[in-house]
Amino acid sequence: MTNKTSLQIKNLRVAIGNTKILNGVSLQVNSGEIHIIMGQNGSGKSTLLSVLMGHPKYEVTDGSVTINKKNLLKMSVPERAQAGIFLGFQHPQTVSGVTFGNFLRLARNSVATAHNPKFVPIGPAPFAVLMRTEMAKLKLDSTFISRFVNEGFSGGEKKKAEILQMALLEPAVAFLDEIDSGLDIDALKIVATELVEIQKKQGMALVIVSHNPKILDFINPDKIHIMSKGKIVAQGGKEIVVQIEQGGYDALIKG
Amino acid sequence: MAVPKKTKKLLNKTSPTSASSFKTKTTSFFAVEKGLNEDIIREISAQKSEPKWMLEFRLKSYQIFLKKPMPLWGADLSGIDFDNIHYYVRPQDKVKRNWEDVPTEIKDTFEKLGIPEAERKFLAGSGAQFESEMVYHSLAENLTKQGVIFESTDDALKHHPELFKKYFGTIIPPADNKFAALNSAAWSGGSFIYIPKGVHIELPLQAYFRINSENMGQFERTLIIADEGSSVHYVEGCTAPTYSSDSLHSAVVEIIVKKGARVQYTTIQNWSSNVYNLVTKRAAAYANAQMYWLDCNLGSKVTMKYPSIILCEPGARGEIQSLAFAGHGQHQDAGGKVVHLASNTSSTIISKSISKKGGRSTYRGLVKVVPGAKNVKTRVICDALMLDKDSSSDTYPVMDIREQDVSIAHEATVAKIGEEELFYLMSRGLSEEQAATLIVNGFASPIVKQLPMEYAVELNRLLTLEMTGSVG
Repeated sequence: MTNKTSLQIKNLRVAIGNTKILNGVSLQVNSGEIHIIMGQNGSGKSTLLSVLMGHPKYEVTDGSVTINKKNLLKMSVPERAQAGIFLGFQHPQTVSGVTFGNFLRLARNSVATAHNPKFVPIGPAPFAVLMRTEMAKLKLDSTFISRFVNEGFSGGEKKKAEILQMALLEPAVAFLDEIDSGLDIDALKIVATELVEIQKKQGMALVIVSHNPKILDFINPDKIHIMSKGKIVAQGGKEIVVQIEQGGYDALIKG
Repeated sequence: MAVPKKTKKLLNKTSPTSASSFKTKTTSFFAVEKGLNEDIIREISAQKSEPKWMLEFRLKSYQIFLKKPMPLWGADLSGIDFDNIHYYVRPQDKVKRNWEDVPTEIKDTFEKLGIPEAERKFLAGSGAQFESEMVYHSLAENLTKQGVIFESTDDALKHHPELFKKYFGTIIPPADNKFAALNSAAWSGGSFIYIPKGVHIELPLQAYFRINSENMGQFERTLIIADEGSSVHYVEGCTAPTYSSDSLHSAVVEIIVKKGARVQYTTIQNWSSNVYNLVTKRAAAYANAQMYWLDCNLGSKVTMKYPSIILCEPGARGEIQSLAFAGHGQHQDAGGKVVHLASNTSSTIISKSISKKGGRSTYRGLVKVVPGAKNVKTRVICDALMLDKDSSSDTYPVMDIREQDVSIAHEATVAKIGEEELFYLMSRGLSEEQAATLIVNGFASPIVKQLPMEYAVELNRLLTLEMTGSVG
């Protein structure tokens, strides 16, 4: 996707029943930018991502989200994917009996057809070639194509599989939820390096949610946002992480 | 052949449409009035020029049918009106060996269903039944030379009377159940297969069963004898167009798997939603023989079908894998039965069911081990997937084990299609229907991948069709 995309979140408030989870989040991300959202467990990071993807269990009580001035909140889940939103899941679902290759090809055809009704759906053989190229970069072996979606995948394989999907679906704005959790340092390096490369090549906006500053050893974000209690409480550059490392989140939130 | 005065011609005035829902306008060669009585049975038998013993067998079976109560368990059969069914409709004079000789309108039906093409591409032999009679049967020449018999059951009665009489009705006697009795009284068509000792048929034999007219009763009778050390894979397909009133399909399938032989019997049925499908299927497997039922049930109003295997001698092995899809207003009551009569026998039953839009799936299974049958192994797995809150699934797994030296495994899962699973797939751009279809295809895939490739493609297509419009 080469067109410039801008996603704007304004004063987003979200609840499940009577429990308020997001209390006025505002954020703007543009093509080519890398953002990192950090915060403690329960601060609302994952909820924010699920809401943007359209998970049915959340209720948006106030605020707006637009993608290139179009109302994202009115779109169905697949429409959001077709509009260029991607969510890399912290805990991807297993789908038994469905091969990764078949699933991803259907997804790619669906997204591509939405952009261009004349798009000729790509067949299994040429798609396998595309997949293998990306898989090699992520150091995933070629049996991956015929394995069932996330079934029996190790923690690292699941994360890599999410990145693989992102690479092949070419979203405009990709959100990655805890993409670094459960990865050893070698796997983290592979994933982060590949992530930056895809981002550079495709020019997407990348929003990475993490609570581990280690990711900053490999990725150089344009902006870091700190979330607490359903709000973004601080924004800045890498210096913000130094504060966290010295005084923990509490110091930053109070400060 | 003189047409008796009790007959009348049937005309379907409907025009052909797409898929298997099309109806073919045909003129029947011969048909009996609706309902069943001794006169009609005599007439069917006379039409077929049967030996006296078969007429007597039919009449005796009819009396059993009258005396037997309707089953008090299983699906609701109260909608069956035995008096509103045509028990015998003959579409042409006799079974043809060449597709060219089959009447055009019937040939068109099977061409739309892809039958002659399938025969050319990947079958060792094929048969086609239209209403009550096989209209076509053929077998590869090299197999005929090796002594393989693949004929309509009616022809086999004429051509191989001794072989026929030796096995017919021995595995499923008329008194087995009310519908076996009905079939024994009114049977017509079906396949007769004999595989001589040591002959292996590499490609499948296929028979296709088509109900075309309204209020039709189809009572085919299939008998397969695999002699010692032989093997065969038989595939049956079934369809019918949709009518406002009900039809009845009540087959009896008997299989004898002799020492060291192997039989695979694969069913892909896609009846329309006005067909009662009440079928009795049973195989006897002798020493070191293998019997494998692969039973895929889509469509129908009610299906009650439990392919069974009697493991009669040591070393016999039985496997039953079934897939059922119950849509709106449908009840699939299916499963399997295995009886271990001998030591060192083993069995596996795998059943998968999918219910949507108020459909109901039932697994009903029996594993029986008699005293003295030692070192028996059996494994039963049943999985149910429900697509919405209106659908239901029940499981009746009966284990009757009268021996200590037995290894038994039983696993059962019931799952509703998951919101998180759907969300995950939809987040990649798939519609809810695409996502649900993918999950259903994945759920069915362990069964589907057992099928030869051509049938696997067909079954996936049928599953996708069942899922069309199933969401929202």
